[in-house]
Amino acid sequence: MPSRILPHLAAGLAAMLVALGAAAAQADEVPTPRQAELMHMVRQDCGSCHGMTMKGGLGRPLLPEDLAGKPVDALAALVLDGIPGTPMPPWRGLLSEDEARWIVTRLTQGLDR
Amino acid sequence: MKTLSLAAPLAAVLAAAWLALPAVGAAADLGQRGTGDLGIVIERAIGRVLVVENSGRQRLAEVEGLGDLSHAAAVFSRDGRYAYVFGRDGGLTKVDLLAASVVKRVEQAGNSIGGSISQDGRLVAVQNYEPGGVKVFDADTLDLVADIPATYGDAGARSKVVGLADAPGNRFVFTLYDAGEIWVADLSDPARPTVSKHANIGRQPYDALVTPDGRYYIAGLFGEDGLALLDLWHPDAGVRRILDGYGRGEQPLPVFKMPHLRGWAYAGGQLYLPAVGRHEVLVVDTATWTETARIPVKGQPVFVMARPDGRQIWVNFALPDNGFVQVIDVLTRQVVKTLEPGPGVLHLEFTPRGEQVWVSVRDKDCVRVYDTASFAEVATLPADKPSGIFFTSRANRIGL
Repeated sequence: MPSRILPHLAAGLAAMLVALGAAAAQADEVPTPRQAELMHMVRQDCGSCHGMTMKGGLGRPLLPEDLAGKPVDALAALVLDGIPGTPMPPWRGLLSEDEARWIVTRLTQGLDR
Repeated sequence: MKTLSLAAPLAAVLAAAWLALPAVGAAADLGQRGTGDLGIVIERAIGRVLVVENSGRQRLAEVEGLGDLSHAAAVFSRDGRYAYVFGRDGGLTKVDLLAASVVKRVEQAGNSIGGSISQDGRLVAVQNYEPGGVKVFDADTLDLVADIPATYGDAGARSKVVGLADAPGNRFVFTLYDAGEIWVADLSDPARPTVSKHANIGRQPYDALVTPDGRYYIAGLFGEDGLALLDLWHPDAGVRRILDGYGRGEQPLPVFKMPHLRGWAYAGGQLYLPAVGRHEVLVVDTATWTETARIPVKGQPVFVMARPDGRQIWVNFALPDNGFVQVIDVLTRQVVKTLEPGPGVLHLEFTPRGEQVWVSVRDKDCVRVYDTASFAEVATLPADKPSGIFFTSRANRIGL
């Protein structure tokens, strides 16, 4: 039994460490109080089109599986500049580039992680 | 193995406790009384609705277990006893206001946006994003009566449905966002609905309204400047464009929240409409369907709603101005009052005769009640991230 569980445990720990490292890197870029504001904005304001749980609405779903394999910078550019011809507006006036990247990273991890 | 043998009884105990909880939490029976003074407030983040009373300006009860209400709307049975609440997760929940409890709940789609009740009160229709279409349910039992997929084009794609409204003749009128079509479904024989379709109404229709007399259906367009008008007394005449190019030559602003057209923006023969991407309310003469005025306002309007007597128009706004509400006087067509209820004003609802208006303030976790004559705040009710407010007087109105 233990021999079968251990590798999984190790892999899980490694994943956690990677996630912690990523979180620490982001924390340097976006101050913690602002992170709370951004999360509020994502759920409440992005949520009016994408759903509070990001399962989609008039806008596309933004769950981790929907964003998998898409580069963070490209997604952040969509947030900042919008998608012309669709209702997705440019958020550049309300968000910095670091903030857009932070939001996209959180979305790719899942908001309820 | 040891952990398993412990875990099983523990799980059983937890499950029993969890099952018992709703019974403990099941709120007060409101006893024998009318419902004409009642309404509900959606608490969007926790899947709960509050039962509220206009005259006492108070919360009476809480009803839990309504699922994802991040975008939610409600209609009422004709007797005003039951609310039908439409949730984002495709849930349709029938709530008994007097028993303060869920009568029945069906998960009827993956992603839903709102609904309507038929003229005869026997059918409840839900508009769905995923899978795109309209489903019609028996208002008593919530059994499925009709399924109308919003299929369009040669490839058989399904469109998101917006702007569903009831119309006289037990009809439901709705708009296909992706297809740019308006459909009129006649359910006078619920077992055999007939659907007539109007194509090419314009790009990205985002919402629609029916005038209070049930005659005109108007869809707003996001993809172009203008609105699509269908005269339900003369459906064969087809859809015509009104206010075509109302923003021509001007660069629209980014739209951080879609405007809503549901509600009552009809006053004195004029229709008051939110301009998309502009800090303006558009005024349209309903005799000629031409623009008669543009009223500058603080931000991009979301809801533009007439007080029931038609003397005032109240407006709330998209980000970054969503902490404000403005009041337009219909005679002078000017903003006469700017209120600041707080960040995240999501909805407003007038009492049936309009002496008060209830305003939901999401980020302050409260509903503020204002006197519409003095603009004084007369009450504040705590509510968890409130969004839509719906009073039972809606039960007897066409087009909601």
